[in-house]
Amino acid sequence: MFLISGCNRGIWDPVGPVAAQEKQLLINSTAIMLAIIIPTMIATVGVAWWFRRGNTKAEYRPDWEYSGAIEMVVWSIPALTIMLLGGIAWIGSHNLEPSRPLPSTTPPLKVDVVSLDWKWLFIYPDQGVATVNQLVVPAGTPVSFRLTSATVWNSFFVPQMGTMIYTMPRMTTRLNLQADRPGVYNGLSSHFSGDGFPGMQFQVRAVPADQFATWAHGAHAGPALDGAAYDQLQKPSSYVKPFTYGSVQPGLFDSIVANRPLPPISPKTTPPAMHVSPQPPAGHNNVR
Amino acid sequence: MTAASEAPAVGLTHQGSEDTGLGQRGPASKSIVVPYGFWLFVLSDMVLFSALFATYASLVHATDGGPTTNELFHRNLVAIETVALLVSSFVCGLAMITAKRANMLWTQIWLVVTALLGLVFLSIEIYEFASMVAEGAPPQRSAFLSAFFTLVGCHGAHVTCGLLWIGTMMAQIWAKGFQPHIMRRLLCLSVFWHALDIIWVAIFTIVYLIGTLP
Amino acid sequence: MFGRLTWDSIPFNQPIPLITSLIVFVVIAAVLVWITRNHWWPYLWNEYITSTDHKRIGIMYIVLALVMLVRGFADAIMMRAQQSIAIGQSQGYLPPEHYNQIFSAHGTIMIFFVAMPFVIGFMNFVVPLQLGVRDVAFPTMNNVSFWLTASGVLLTNMSLFLGEFARTGWLAFPPLSEKAFSPGVGVDYYLVALQISGVGTLLTGVNFVTTILKTRAPGMSYLRMPVFCWTALASNLLIIAAFPVLTVTLALLMLDRYLGFHFFTNDGGGNSMLYMNLIWVWGHPEVYILVLPAFGIYSEVVATFSGKPLFGYRSMVFATLGICIISFCVWLHHFFTMGAGADVNAIFGIASMIIGVPTGVKIYNWLFTMYGGRVRFNVPMYWTIGFMLTFMIGGLTGVLLAIPPVDFIVHNSLFLIAHFHQVIIGGVVFAIMAGYTYWFPKAFGFTLDERLGKAIFWCWFIGFHLAFMPLYVLGFWGATRRMQHIPDATWAPWLDVAFVGAVIIGAGIALTVVQLIYSIRTRDQRRDVTGDPWDGRTLEWLTLSPPPHYNFAVLPDVHGEEAYWTRKQTAIKQDQLIKEPDYQPIEMPVNTPTGVIVAFFASVCGFAVIWYIWWLAILGLIGAFAIFVWYAWRDEHEHIIPVEEVRANARERRRIRMEHLHKLSQST
Repeated sequence: MFLISGCNRGIWDPVGPVAAQEKQLLINSTAIMLAIIIPTMIATVGVAWWFRRGNTKAEYRPDWEYSGAIEMVVWSIPALTIMLLGGIAWIGSHNLEPSRPLPSTTPPLKVDVVSLDWKWLFIYPDQGVATVNQLVVPAGTPVSFRLTSATVWNSFFVPQMGTMIYTMPRMTTRLNLQADRPGVYNGLSSHFSGDGFPGMQFQVRAVPADQFATWAHGAHAGPALDGAAYDQLQKPSSYVKPFTYGSVQPGLFDSIVANRPLPPISPKTTPPAMHVSPQPPAGHNNVR
Repeated sequence: MTAASEAPAVGLTHQGSEDTGLGQRGPASKSIVVPYGFWLFVLSDMVLFSALFATYASLVHATDGGPTTNELFHRNLVAIETVALLVSSFVCGLAMITAKRANMLWTQIWLVVTALLGLVFLSIEIYEFASMVAEGAPPQRSAFLSAFFTLVGCHGAHVTCGLLWIGTMMAQIWAKGFQPHIMRRLLCLSVFWHALDIIWVAIFTIVYLIGTLP
Repeated sequence: MFGRLTWDSIPFNQPIPLITSLIVFVVIAAVLVWITRNHWWPYLWNEYITSTDHKRIGIMYIVLALVMLVRGFADAIMMRAQQSIAIGQSQGYLPPEHYNQIFSAHGTIMIFFVAMPFVIGFMNFVVPLQLGVRDVAFPTMNNVSFWLTASGVLLTNMSLFLGEFARTGWLAFPPLSEKAFSPGVGVDYYLVALQISGVGTLLTGVNFVTTILKTRAPGMSYLRMPVFCWTALASNLLIIAAFPVLTVTLALLMLDRYLGFHFFTNDGGGNSMLYMNLIWVWGHPEVYILVLPAFGIYSEVVATFSGKPLFGYRSMVFATLGICIISFCVWLHHFFTMGAGADVNAIFGIASMIIGVPTGVKIYNWLFTMYGGRVRFNVPMYWTIGFMLTFMIGGLTGVLLAIPPVDFIVHNSLFLIAHFHQVIIGGVVFAIMAGYTYWFPKAFGFTLDERLGKAIFWCWFIGFHLAFMPLYVLGFWGATRRMQHIPDATWAPWLDVAFVGAVIIGAGIALTVVQLIYSIRTRDQRRDVTGDPWDGRTLEWLTLSPPPHYNFAVLPDVHGEEAYWTRKQTAIKQDQLIKEPDYQPIEMPVNTPTGVIVAFFASVCGFAVIWYIWWLAILGLIGAFAIFVWYAWRDEHEHIIPVEEVRANARERRRIRMEHLHKLSQST
């Protein structure tokens, strides 16, 4: 059972560049709109009050029903506001497109995410390990996600890291996030996926880069994630406590996406496959 | 039948004294209102088919390794179906003409012919469906096949409803003659039948012609 | 023989549905006994159930909606209670299987069986009166539409005591809603109920577009129509354009579930993204179907209670039609996080913001209607001002959500929940309450109690803000929607405030019932003698309250905008009514049991389809078709109201109006 401890303020406490930009966008846009809306709300109450029937000081103009000048202003105010916000939306959508790699001097960490009923599987193709319900990442390093679902739609979301993205069966979505600050952050599924949905919380542990290497090395001691282990994992369960797999059968993620059985394990020991999956051009997020 | 002399839609007993130039003489007569409403319904039906076309277009390549359009569609059969339906539309028009002349015999004849041609269309379609199922291409085989069967099948279901309607109208005309409300229904039926033709043109173009391009 | 219906389908081991069902049965039985005891069946059958009178049908829609509001609210308060209790170690009193049905039923019922019937009910009652005609274009079809909606209500509520409801949310997204992941009857109840009521709604769309475009009083050109009629036109055009898409989408899901097709399945090449697109192509216009008539109600109320014509009439019309068209171009903003790419997201985001422009214009036009007016703060004005304040914030949060990168962090969160409740409650529900108070005297001949009306307003206004403002905060903090269990104990105080807010809203609903009963009991104190209790500006106030079956003895001649107001002012100035016209006998459509019988067979067929009782489904279909044919065979379509009756009613109306006129000219 996950009890989120401490004072977690979600998107209000961004830990990475994506979340920080998105929070700023939210604040800026709200401020722009409040600048229009608050005077309008005051005017609404003010006009209604001043022109109440009992107020003999207010001028009654029973036939006044049109003014070209006012119409012009009244169409312009929302139109100009929307043009401004539209520009912000256009630029923001492109800058913060989930599939766009984050600018960084550090090469990204690759993580493959699979949402199951009702837990999260995180595969580290370069490290050859996998975790359930716990995502360990090096702080300051961009993380490049490929995501899919084994069953129904879910949505991978770590509020403090920013952008969420759907996970859909037979499809791959892409996401790029970064945690600059070491710490523990809450993650969840933000798309309802059935009876075990409330138990799909997971934790993100951002650790200094050297600690991450240590962790990855130590994780090799865990059990293997092969076909049998994956079948076991697929069985419906919820509120699953985090654990780690020490090795991952090559091609597991691709098999899940393609919905085909895992290729048999080769008899000779193969090192964890070096996963070289090209990033699609920005703007193409869904790959079937 | 002009608007001024026809029974009004609901209880008009007062003619407008001022003509605003937009024909605002009050509620239109039933002979205008009923077909107008039916046209709106037909438009909504076209939206329904649009959604099915959009679905088909999205799924036409989702064959899941199964049969594709080129392997399944036979242009000859479709040509015969199309001719049957087009001719039935023409014959339906003939039925409207004879109905306006209150010719019982020929109206019934043309209506029967319309229905028979519709039945030919349906039979060929059912035969096509059955043979597809027999050769391992049922709608359950793939998303493409689901979309195909649903789009074409929905049109076929509309044709079936049209046949039931033709039968009912034939009985009504026989029992009640060419009264105004019967004539309005006939008009609606013919609009429906022609609309089905239009949809069929779209189907055989998008599904069969484009689908069997080399 | 009975498909998959067994004794196990009755929830004997689930106390909440079981007890609720028992209570519902007892209440229904009590009501039936009460009606029988008072010998009201003939009256109800003739005056309401088989009525083709748009006013009666409108009242039936609204009664249906009010009853469903209680059910939908019960679901809401159960959800609020669960979220206040189920924190940390506690799992609350509702296990997920049950909680998930409750939120699915809450959304489905509130949209389809509360908001839609309310809005359609008002359009039914008001539009023909405002157009100055006697009824809608297709009165029998109108009756059928109502009963098909009622059939959907019946089937949805049956899931309470037979089987279960969908556990997928109110839009039943696949693959969760596919057979593989939802094998029970729940999703089938949902699909069948909505298909049946969807047919009813589509027929309403056809009916009203025809009525508004083809049947208006002489002289009433398009730009002389009241704004409510324009918004009704836009709403019904949207119904015609959008509901067929819903029909297709639900049908495709039914084909997947019943016949093993592969539209949205995980295998066979199915594409669940297709469902997302299709359902929201319907879903977004749907909310404009609801909110446009709401805007129309506010336009009428503001003009009437400010004593001034609506400011910028043509602007309002243009804005309405603009909203109507753009509402079809924004659907993707419901799934920005599906990953369509920056260009697509941005375009739909900008389109979604563009809709804010005509909406903003409307707010300003209402403001300027009050400017220079003499504003009377009757209950409908309370709702209107409350709406303007609430909706502006709701619109703000909507534009925020329309910015894709902002949506990336608040999509599907409690922030989203707060947003759409803000616009639906602030926009649609407040309009319903305003319209209910405003047109109640026209329907029943007496006004509702004002003090209770104001109390109801404050309960809703305060209750709404308490219930939903905390949700904005929680959404920022990472709270997502549809959570049966709350992971973070620091959210508890906020959820408790939300619960209190819900209770206050509940008090508002309870007070509405109290107000109705009390107002009926004391109706003689608030009789609407003249038929024009609010000094109205549109043609419905020309008639007595309630209007005769045929509305107008003679269709009014319309000479300009605000047909009734100008006519009234002329009469006051000249201290006389217009010349008495030449009365004629009036033809009105007869009553018909077609609607209720078709709905009966539709319900039978629907129930049978849900439970796989195929022989019964076929019987139901045959029955429905047989009724159509039987109806088509009738020879009597209309009955004549004799000219003596018309003349007598009209002269009574003129007498009362003359009296009122004399009083008015003496006071000015």
